[in-house]
Amino acid sequence: MLRQIEGSAAVAETVARCRPEVVCAYPISPQTHIVEGLSDLVRNGELSPCEYMTVESEFAALSVCIGASAAGARAYTATASQGLLYMAEALYNASGLGLPIVMTVANRAIGAPINIWNDHSDTMSQRDCGWLQLYAEDNQEAADLHVQAFRIAERLSLPVMVCMDGFILTHAFERIDVPEAAAVDAFLPPFEPRQLLDPAEPMTIGAMVGPEAFAEVKYLAHAKQLQALDVIPEAAAEFESAFGRPSGGLVRCYRCDDAGTVVVALGSVLGTIEDTVDELREEGVSIGALAIKSFRPFPMEAVRDALAGARRVVVLEKALAVGRGGIVSADVGMALRGLHLPVHTVVAGLGGRAITGASLRRLLDAAVADELGDLEFLDLDWNRVGAELRRMADSERSGPHAENILREVGVVAGRPH
Amino acid sequence: MAESATFEVRVHGRGGQGAVTAAELLSVAAFDEGRHAQAFPSFGSERTGAPVVSFCRFSEGPIRTREPVASPDALIVLDPTLVHQVDLFAGLRPDGYLLLSSSRRLAELGLGEVAERLRPGHALSIPAREVARRHLGKPLPNAALLGGFAALTGQLSLPPVEAAIRERFPSPAGEANAAAAAECFELVRQIRAESEVPDASTQERSRA
Repeated sequence: MLRQIEGSAAVAETVARCRPEVVCAYPISPQTHIVEGLSDLVRNGELSPCEYMTVESEFAALSVCIGASAAGARAYTATASQGLLYMAEALYNASGLGLPIVMTVANRAIGAPINIWNDHSDTMSQRDCGWLQLYAEDNQEAADLHVQAFRIAERLSLPVMVCMDGFILTHAFERIDVPEAAAVDAFLPPFEPRQLLDPAEPMTIGAMVGPEAFAEVKYLAHAKQLQALDVIPEAAAEFESAFGRPSGGLVRCYRCDDAGTVVVALGSVLGTIEDTVDELREEGVSIGALAIKSFRPFPMEAVRDALAGARRVVVLEKALAVGRGGIVSADVGMALRGLHLPVHTVVAGLGGRAITGASLRRLLDAAVADELGDLEFLDLDWNRVGAELRRMADSERSGPHAENILREVGVVAGRPH
Repeated sequence: MAESATFEVRVHGRGGQGAVTAAELLSVAAFDEGRHAQAFPSFGSERTGAPVVSFCRFSEGPIRTREPVASPDALIVLDPTLVHQVDLFAGLRPDGYLLLSSSRRLAELGLGEVAERLRPGHALSIPAREVARRHLGKPLPNAALLGGFAALTGQLSLPPVEAAIRERFPSPAGEANAAAAAECFELVRQIRAESEVPDASTQERSRA
């Protein structure tokens, strides 16, 4: 049934219908409404049996999920930003142990400077930790992906992150059809763990592995992720036949079949991009968009197939590999090796800066006119950057960038040195 | 980028006044009328009293854009003191609407020029705080203003606004807020009738 509700509420209800037996999370903006919603559902008995555990940190939250999952319970957690970083060691353990935990990441920037707003720095920083990463374009997909995520995770015995843009999706009210409980039950059979800690039959997991076998175990982790390239589209197809709407999968093309220029992106910015693509198409510009839904595993073939016919590719990313540039675009470039297609990286939306239709229009006009460089920064204020670079050159003690730029912007932040 | 079929609202308030809830309730009311709607906040570091902005879009079709509302068709202002702190009227369309919570007239607030830039009858201040205080015992103007918004813009009828309010707030606050919204709806209708402005709701509906 369609309802006008908040994205976080829809995710909480959907996760509850997936019947996790253990939920353990530490609150952090903009994830908080999701775990508050789940704790309400456990408290009022709507989600039962389920143990909702409160802990003192994200490290503990994921560690509890690891223990619960190893003991055969379907386990769920959620976090964002520094919370995800605080989990980093446990992330590798969860994937290395092959535990099918599902986690929502309400994507948020990483400090310093501290910033609570949306970008993809958090999940991009953990892209190689062995978890699958699925990105939602809207709140309907965010809800649907959780149902698919448990199924994919348990089929492969691997943990899955469902990534949804913080605030932009988590705090947005829109029409959402929360997957019906009976249909979720039919789609998602009870969790049958591939390995199980059982006091009646004691065993250990998490062996120390030396040089004689470490590479083989790691290769198997890679092989399992590659299996996900089949399992993710299967889950999406089964979901569509069960629930009657498309959600998830590896990639999604929007008007890119015959497009000379294709914009590649992840997450909620695709909506604004599609509006801009339509505007340009009406003016006769041959342009389309490609949504990458699964970033890990990275769907090399699907991306190559979707982009092979284009004349240029613009990768719009909400994260920056400092000292390198693009993260997504590096993988896209690898997918397109040998095709001699220009791949432009555009870093946009960092720390919650709005990505507007007007800015996208200017960017794509420049792209179509072959005026884009290899690495661009959407709406960056070059005057302020230049002033700070000059200050650095002029003085050895030019002070901290964050405070200096804030003073330039006119926001009060401490006194000058 | 606003499609011509999309109606965009920006709500300004201070932390604690319910600006975010106001936009959410507008979206629920529009959904109840069978339209597509999207509401979202522009969060800062949430503090009571700090300026807060929220947005709502209505459309007959799916809404894909996620950008903040830069050129609103309607502005709802929960606190007149924001005039001195925030660029409230930035981007307001010439055919747009302004609804501000104050017991003083716009001209008395120094906003006569802003009102004159808009079409006659499109800019109003209403004593939403006072109406809310009478019904709720608290000067929280958000729900009350939504009734005024419905009457001013004709974008929504009153019943779905009342229903959204009742659904959101448990009784008795739900009933009290719905009553405040209904009173502001009538108040705006009267003001517009007295100034001989054609009734927005019939105007908009006949256009649709």
